[in-house]
Parts: sequence; C-alpha cells; structure tokens
Amino acid sequence: MRIVVNIERCTGCGQCIDSCPFTAIVMQEGKAFINEYCQFCKACMNICPEGAIIEIMEEGDIQKADISDYKGVWVFAEQRDGMVAPVAYELLGAGRRLADELKAELSAVLFGSNEDQAKELIKWGADKVYHCKDSIFEKFNDEPYSQLLTNLVKTHKPEIVLAGATPIGRSFIPRVAARVRTGLTADCTALEIDRDSGNLLQIRPAFGGNIMATILCPNHRPQIATVRPRVMKRGEYNADRKGEIIPVSADNIACRTKVLETIKEVSECMVNLQEADVIVAGGRGLGKPDGFKMLEELAEVLGGAVGASRAAVDEGWIPYSHQVGQTGKTVCPKIYIACGISGAVQHLVGMQSSDIIIAINKNPEAPIFNVATYGIIGDVYEVVPLLIKKLKEVKQ
Amino acid sequence: MNIIVCIKQVPDTAEVRINPETNTLIREGVPSIINPYDLHAIEAALQIKEKTGAKVTVITMGPPQAEEALREAISMGADDVRLISDRAFAGADTWATAHVLYKAIEKLGYDIILCGKQAIDGDTAQVGPEVAEFLNIPHIAYIRKIEDVSDKSIKVQRLMDEGYDVVESPLPVLLTVVKELNTPRLPSLKGKMAAKKAVITKMDLNAIGAKAENVGLKGSPTQVKNIFVPQSKADRKMFHGSVEEQVDTLVRELRELKCV
Repeated sequence: MRIVVNIERCTGCGQCIDSCPFTAIVMQEGKAFINEYCQFCKACMNICPEGAIIEIMEEGDIQKADISDYKGVWVFAEQRDGMVAPVAYELLGAGRRLADELKAELSAVLFGSNEDQAKELIKWGADKVYHCKDSIFEKFNDEPYSQLLTNLVKTHKPEIVLAGATPIGRSFIPRVAARVRTGLTADCTALEIDRDSGNLLQIRPAFGGNIMATILCPNHRPQIATVRPRVMKRGEYNADRKGEIIPVSADNIACRTKVLETIKEVSECMVNLQEADVIVAGGRGLGKPDGFKMLEELAEVLGGAVGASRAAVDEGWIPYSHQVGQTGKTVCPKIYIACGISGAVQHLVGMQSSDIIIAINKNPEAPIFNVATYGIIGDVYEVVPLLIKKLKEVKQ
Repeated sequence: MNIIVCIKQVPDTAEVRINPETNTLIREGVPSIINPYDLHAIEAALQIKEKTGAKVTVITMGPPQAEEALREAISMGADDVRLISDRAFAGADTWATAHVLYKAIEKLGYDIILCGKQAIDGDTAQVGPEVAEFLNIPHIAYIRKIEDVSDKSIKVQRLMDEGYDVVESPLPVLLTVVKELNTPRLPSLKGKMAAKKAVITKMDLNAIGAKAENVGLKGSPTQVKNIFVPQSKADRKMFHGSVEEQVDTLVRELRELKCV
C-alpha cells in the first residue's frame, strides 16, 4: 500500500502538511508530496478538502490468512501467588460484551492456581476455562507461559485474546504474537467490534500523547490486545453461573529461566494511590516542588492521596511512585483533582475513568478540560489555598 | 562476549504540542533523541564490557537520519554500530520491526541483547520480547539490577507489580531495562571525536536476508485505522467568574453530590 497525492486535484493548500504526525509531506512546485517517512496513518487523507490524497494497493499487499476458522473471545487470567489478579475480572467484563456482540463464547485461560479460582472465572462471566494446574506455572517465567498459550491458541483458534497490561502480560504476550504471527496492540483503553467487518477496533494513545489511534488487525488471527488494570469495568458476578473447566496438561514445556527469589516491596504510597477515593495531583504548572506541600494539605482535608504527572516527576519534584498515567499508575478514584496538569493523553489514560474530575489550570485551552467534570480557570496558587479554606469551613 | 544493544530514535515527546485549531500534532522543531530507556541499555552494556571485555554493538532500525543516534552511541563508548535501513521497512508495526532486528542480530552474533523497556513514542514494550521469541532465546523484561554476569549465565532483578524477582538465565538472553538500573554516562571528548570520524555501516533488506513480505507495512499484522483527538465530556461544567466565585461554585457542587 502507498499513500499518494493526485497532483491534478491538489491545490497546494498545505493542510495535509500540518496534519502529518511524521512530517512526511513536503511542498514541491506548489503540490504536496509524500516522502519515505510516511507511516500510512492516513491522517492527511481525512483532512484533504479536495480528496486528492489516495491510497493505492500494490502487489503482495493482501496476505489473508484463513481467518474464518477463528471463533470466540479469550481472556488470559493471570495469577499471583495462586490468586487470580483483579485485572482478569475486568477483562472478563470487557470480553463478555465483545463475545455477546459476536455471538461467540467467552473463555478464560488460567495457568497455575487451583480449581476454586477457575470456578470464580466462570462466575465472573466465562463460559469455559482452560486450566493448567502444572507447578511450572507457580512462578512467572516467560517461556512456559508463552509456549502453552501459543499451543492453546493454535489448537483452539480464538478470534480475540485479551490480557492484562501488567509486568506479566506485557512481557510474555509479545512472544505469543511473534510465534503465532499475528498483531498485538498494547495498552488499549477501549475495545469495540466494527459492525461491518467484525474486526476488533483497538483504541490506544499514540505518538507519545495528545492523540488516540484506532488499531486494526484485519488479516491475522487472533487479534490480541493488552488492557491496563482499572481501565475496564468488571462484569456481573453470578454465583450460580455454570461453565466448563477444561484441564490442560503442560507436556513438553521447557523453561530456561529460573526465579530464585520473589521479594515484595509495596510502598504505602502506591497502595494509597490506587485505593484512595480522592486524589489530588499536580503537574508542571505547579512550577516548583513546594507546590506539592499545598496539594498534600488539600489531600489531607479531603482524606485523599497525592498524585503527579510525568512532567512533575521528571522535574524531580516528587518521587515516581506518585506518577499517574501511561508510564505510571492507572487510578480510578471518586474525585480526581488535577492541579496545573495540562492533560497529555498519556496522563489522561491513567485517570480518565475517575468518577469526578476537577481540573484547575491557567490555560483555558489545556486538554485536561476536555475530560473534566468541573473546570476552574485560574492560578493553582490562588485556587487551591482558597479551596482548602472553604472546605475546612464546610467541615466545621 | 558479544553484546547487542537495540535502540530507537524517537521524537522528544515531552516537547510535542497540539495545534488547538487543527487538532493535530505540531512536530516542527521537535528534536529527535535516543529513546531514554535505551540510554540505560547502552550504559548496562558498557558496564558489562568494562567487567568482561565484551564487544558492544549498537543497532537501530530507522530512516537514514537515525545515523545521528548511532553516532551518539559511539560517543558513549559503543565499539560498533549498524544502521538497519531500507525503504521497505517503512510502516512497520512491532511484529515487522522485531522481525527485521532478529534477522540483523542473527547475522551479527550475540550473547546478550539489551533493549530499553519500551520506546516513548509507541510505549508498547513489545519489540524486545518478540525479538527473543524469533531468536528462540529466553528474555527477562523490566530489569532493574544486574546482580551477576558470567560467560554462561546472568542473574538479574526483574521489576514486578509488588516488588521484584531475582531471575537467573543461561546465555544467550535478551533483557529489557528500566531507568532504575543505572545512570547513563555522558559522551567523553574522545568518544565525540570517534563518533565524528566513524563510518556508519548500513544493512538493508538484502543484507539482513529478510523477505519483503515480512517487513515494513506488508509484514505488519496491525494497521492504524485512524487517529483522532479525544472528544471532551458532554456533561462538563466550566466555571466562570472570579477565582473566589469559581471555588464557591465547586464547593457547592461537591456538597450537592455529597462528596464533602
């Protein structure tokens, strides 16, 4: 495939040049020209008022694997110390919705753990659970996990596979995608079925922030996506739900790495951040490390925890353990107060499922206001102290 | 011992701004840098080199200007570099990128392969583990400390959600590293001179021996359907008036919702 400009229709208006995230379009003799930096994102095709930018197919573009045999939605349910991780129940919620839409079965895959945990997965929405009890899966090693999941995928041919974007999922799922020769989309924030094609629309932040991309895997199966914890809502728990548990054996599964020790190191702050009902977070707009003292006070009044954007962490104003966003923690409190945070997509994906978002920013154009429930335009150093004062009055 | 470090040249995303009128990215004037996590991978390789006398080769897949990133790697102390570049590689997703790197690495020979945990422009963290799978070697992701390394094996600390694991692996192995691992060194004067003089060896599609159907856009299972700017919430309330009035309104709203 190539994206080219039909120079007869091109008026040289230059709108496509501004639209290109890769600076791959240049003006040559009054006409747009797309050079080799083109990444085929098609942003220019949507923006061209003349319809002069077109997509042309080349020989060998379509290598359609036989995808019609692939049926059903799978959720990889990761466990730690034998307990299914909460993200698995969230994925079952998302998976159930996708499976119902496709009129297909929802299956969970569980490595390690016992039968009781497998039954829980059925109560949370799975029709089937592929369960391997082998002790090789007690500790996490990439090779046995990827080998067995690859074997199961090749045998049972699911259409969609979802896994948690956790240190475990993000580490071994790429090996499965590489081996099966299919697409994998990391850190999806929304998943939908395209009504026309039946393809999975995988939505994720792109190009380092500010913009979202819809990713497709049209000609390969399964379509594999990872989703971060606390992005999807859990499905319905039904203690009477019936399903089938299919035992799986781990024959011929090799493992070259060896986990010698597992050390728990959970900082209080991390727990506080993910469990807090209220989070007061600060960004570059605070301008100095002292700003966080003020935010701590506000957090204390509201009984909440303090978060931060990557910009504030990069400035060294607050430790990484407070970071909210794509490279930090994903949080979902009742109230999220963003102080001096502009709202890059990378930050937004870490907090936008919060129930109420209050944005305080000097710049009325700041993208944080796009996701805000309430927006206050003003200097954080004026707004926050006043807010602290008024909240204290209310409490008395 | 041969160490390969895979790096990527990325736009400095902290600098990327959006044009509010056209809702598109402003890339003009955005500097290109070595992906920050990859600097830690280079540093780790150089530290192993100092202990064992290993040879450090830094490679990147990218357009011709990615050569700059390789020169920077030489200035830090890399012994050799390869620019893996071909028009056919354009539009690659993680599968096709990993395939190209795998083909190139196979040609170069390796005992340890180091990668940053993810690139800051894509944030997928997929290419490293995929390369390991193609090479059929073990990998360990999110390394925060290298405890021990010998000709035969390596012992590392792997960052997990609730702490870390101590993991041992035989060589060859691929590791992806996090920032906590080390502090990347600055280029030395001698290094800068070497970087200036260095002739950058290129590898194209033929040189790595890959098939056209497995690289670039053609080799990529995933496609970008469209890109868009997130829409604002329909029910948002922007307050007006003086700061005091706005704060009063907020407190009133929160009280009505019984949040305070």
